[in-house]
Amino acid sequence: MIRDVEALPAQVDLAIVGAGPAGLAAAAMAASLGLSALMLDENPDVGGQIYRAIAANPVKDRALLGEDYWRGEALAKEAVSSSAQHAAGAVVWSVSPLETSGYEIGVSIAGRSRIIAAREVMLATGALERPFPIPGWTLPGVMSCGGAQTALKASGLVPGGRLVIAGCGPLLWLIASQYLNAGVSIEAILDTTPRTNWLSALPHLPAFLISPYLAKGLKLMLAVRQKVRVIAGIEAVRAEGTDKVEAVAYTKSGSERRIAVDTLLLHQGVVPNINLSNAIGCRHIWDDMQLTWKPETDSWGATSVAGITVAGDGAGIAGAEAAAERGRIAALGVAQRLGKIDVPARDRKAVAARTAHARFERGRLFLDAMYRPAKVFRIPQGDTIVCRCEEVTAERIRATVPLGATGPNQMKSFLRSGMGPCQGRLCGLTVAELIADVRGVPVREVGYYRLRPPIKPITLGELASMPKTEASEKTVVRV
Amino acid sequence: MFRRLPDATGDTVAFTIDGKRAQAYASDTVAAALLWAGVDHCRTTPVSGAKRAPYCMMGVCFECLVTIDGVGNRQACLIPVRDGMRVETQRGARAIAEES
Amino acid sequence: MTETADVIVIGGGIHGCSTALHLAMRGIRATLLEKDYPGRHSSGVNAGGVRQLARHIAEVPISVFSMALWERITELVDDDCGFASQGQVLVAEGNQELDEFRKRVDELKLHGFTHEELIDRDELKRLVPAVADHCPGGIVSRRDGAADPFRTTQAFRRKAVSLGVQVHEGVMVAGLRRKGAVWCVETSAGTFEAPKIVNAAGAWADRIAAAVGDPVPLEVVAPMLMITGRVPHFIDPVVILRSRKLSFKQFANGTVMIGGGHLARAYRDENRSEIDWHKLADSAKTVWELFPVMRGATIVRAWAGIEARMPDDIPVIGPSASSEGVYHQFGFSAHGFQLGPGVGGLMAELVATGATNLPIAPFHIDRFAGSLDSRVS
Repeated sequence: MIRDVEALPAQVDLAIVGAGPAGLAAAAMAASLGLSALMLDENPDVGGQIYRAIAANPVKDRALLGEDYWRGEALAKEAVSSSAQHAAGAVVWSVSPLETSGYEIGVSIAGRSRIIAAREVMLATGALERPFPIPGWTLPGVMSCGGAQTALKASGLVPGGRLVIAGCGPLLWLIASQYLNAGVSIEAILDTTPRTNWLSALPHLPAFLISPYLAKGLKLMLAVRQKVRVIAGIEAVRAEGTDKVEAVAYTKSGSERRIAVDTLLLHQGVVPNINLSNAIGCRHIWDDMQLTWKPETDSWGATSVAGITVAGDGAGIAGAEAAAERGRIAALGVAQRLGKIDVPARDRKAVAARTAHARFERGRLFLDAMYRPAKVFRIPQGDTIVCRCEEVTAERIRATVPLGATGPNQMKSFLRSGMGPCQGRLCGLTVAELIADVRGVPVREVGYYRLRPPIKPITLGELASMPKTEASEKTVVRV
Repeated sequence: MFRRLPDATGDTVAFTIDGKRAQAYASDTVAAALLWAGVDHCRTTPVSGAKRAPYCMMGVCFECLVTIDGVGNRQACLIPVRDGMRVETQRGARAIAEES
Repeated sequence: MTETADVIVIGGGIHGCSTALHLAMRGIRATLLEKDYPGRHSSGVNAGGVRQLARHIAEVPISVFSMALWERITELVDDDCGFASQGQVLVAEGNQELDEFRKRVDELKLHGFTHEELIDRDELKRLVPAVADHCPGGIVSRRDGAADPFRTTQAFRRKAVSLGVQVHEGVMVAGLRRKGAVWCVETSAGTFEAPKIVNAAGAWADRIAAAVGDPVPLEVVAPMLMITGRVPHFIDPVVILRSRKLSFKQFANGTVMIGGGHLARAYRDENRSEIDWHKLADSAKTVWELFPVMRGATIVRAWAGIEARMPDDIPVIGPSASSEGVYHQFGFSAHGFQLGPGVGGLMAELVATGATNLPIAPFHIDRFAGSLDSRVS
């Protein structure tokens, strides 16, 4: 494990950003085909989000986290024992093309930075949770379900006081089930799944019935429903409190109720993490079913930018097993382009992964339709904070559209939304949907933030720590 | 307010938060350590001074920004806690520390 | 379908929008053609410096003229453009540099310009407390300051539109030809005709110039800027260190913009620039050495606008050398923002009356006649 910038290789065939399921599978495959591969992951260890702490989990009871989690063990072992290298605590803040071919990658580890080179770069940065902008969502004590699950997986921590979980999507049931296994009591689950989703999900039901997700999902949900009060048909949710969350207020059938809480967990699905693919200049398309932007990729994960591939949830949400298969397929594509295998060998070797991938794709459309979050929870009103970093509210954004802020980039210039350290990760989708709503146009027309490196803030010290080159002496304009 | 599962074990480390002594597991990130220590907010925002605490625990929300050993704007959820670490709540626009 | 006007302005940066506005203020019908949107390129993403300080002597008169407009900018465009005047300071790092500054200030005074003032170590420390102790003094231009470049460009555009200017965005000029007494401008959105054209096409202006018989050695450059997260207030004026290629400005919200002229790689036909991090690392080292208080700051964003530089670092302003009815207003070499309001006014006067009182002879395009090499990228 590389923990120091000095130990980074100066050049590799394939740099993989992210050591989650897609990155791990890609690294193992790339190494097996004779490519020099380097995984760069900002977390202390491999696994990404879904297999967080897979290599050294403090939770001893395997049944608690569920069998899906432990599938990651084999994946991690294969990658880590291959010739692929892994840099931990490594933040990739820039990927830019070299003048002729290949890429320069800006990396920081423990406060120092380096630029390394790679012939190709694979983005396996996965997904993040969709923003859930309800009034009061910035209060301490309000967290995302994924965040709480990370605390559980990596540290064996669970909410100690009164807990309510709100939102929609499979993760809600998974974490509730994990909590019940751990003896955590849950005051209520506020299910914000729109009742009408059933209608659009119905056509995809047959595929779901024969998918790997049905049995698992159903079992979890039934187990949870037996033990926890589930309140469906939620029309509004609000977190209340002064310095931290003290209660969650919800509206159902027009009337408002309140539950005192110490912790409120929110979740309404996951979306691809596109900050790096956006900053590199890859073309993205708007997926109206998944309500998110995703990079345009071909069947080998190649984007519109030569030498940049995307694998895993970062290319479109399909879950951990599908991500691993996409990682393998993308690595095969890289190996062929870099001359390690020919096209027939590539296609032949990809058959198993494609078959497995098809199996894991089955049923996803049903899940997408079933758990498509309601507009009221994606497009907020009034003084609900939209951009958490810059504290920009929904009403200010709405009021600025007629002044010429016709898209998120102009809105950025007017209100600073998206200019904070998270670079739009928690506000971009909301801002785009809000503007589209005010303008009455489809979201794809409104566009997204045009992101630039560094895709995560770097300190002046990190930048100054880069070794000097002579090229930087030339050409300066007199400004 | 978070509690530790009874069978979650590990080596413990000692650190300070705003000068107060606290404990964590060596496998914790600073953010997890703060959750266990019962800290109710880890920073106040530069825009309005509002209190914020970790939200996503995976490095995308930037709410868990704290000062660690004199260096500010560190994402607590990405940094493993170490014995003797000095963690401080980040107040507003952070005072830029001198680096040696 | 052909749209006609009295004047077609090509390019919707600050210069194009300012000229269009000033034409409309004179009752002249103007059409503005912009290939992206106003403020998309250097006008919208520069450091926002509103500076008379440290200019080439030839630019001083037009800069002083433009400054007067800045000080009444709200009257002009119904928007204060975020303009704040905290002064700009050019820091000398050694006595030799300070001597050069002294000579410069004396020369300016000889010409009747008093906006630049030599300052000693004490006054420098008073104005810029955070500057390193070894700096013996500098030059201050107290009325200078900074504004919001995108907001300013949009304000000029908005006011121009309100006075009747037809602004066409996303419209690229494909060709120009003379048709009798008018120019025919062929674009992706049809044909536009007018007896007069103003070429304010920024980093693409050499193509327009070549099409009307005025080839010029324009270089496409992309000066880089970085901005930090919020830090507690520690600096008021904009600070420039010329020998170190560093400029520094702290906004009211606490963020600090670091510039200075290091160049990114520009791809003008792709509207793209690639940041050179090695050069920014050098800027970071310089900041580290000169402003210890900044050492822990975080860089949140780096970018580079696509700009035009002329070989002598001063713009092209004035009539075409070869074609009737064509006027040039480009090549501001990374310091054209402050000049925008004034040069727009000057250009409108030139187009309307055939002459201007401001001394623009040094900017005539014919200074490049015969010197064209293929430096155009």
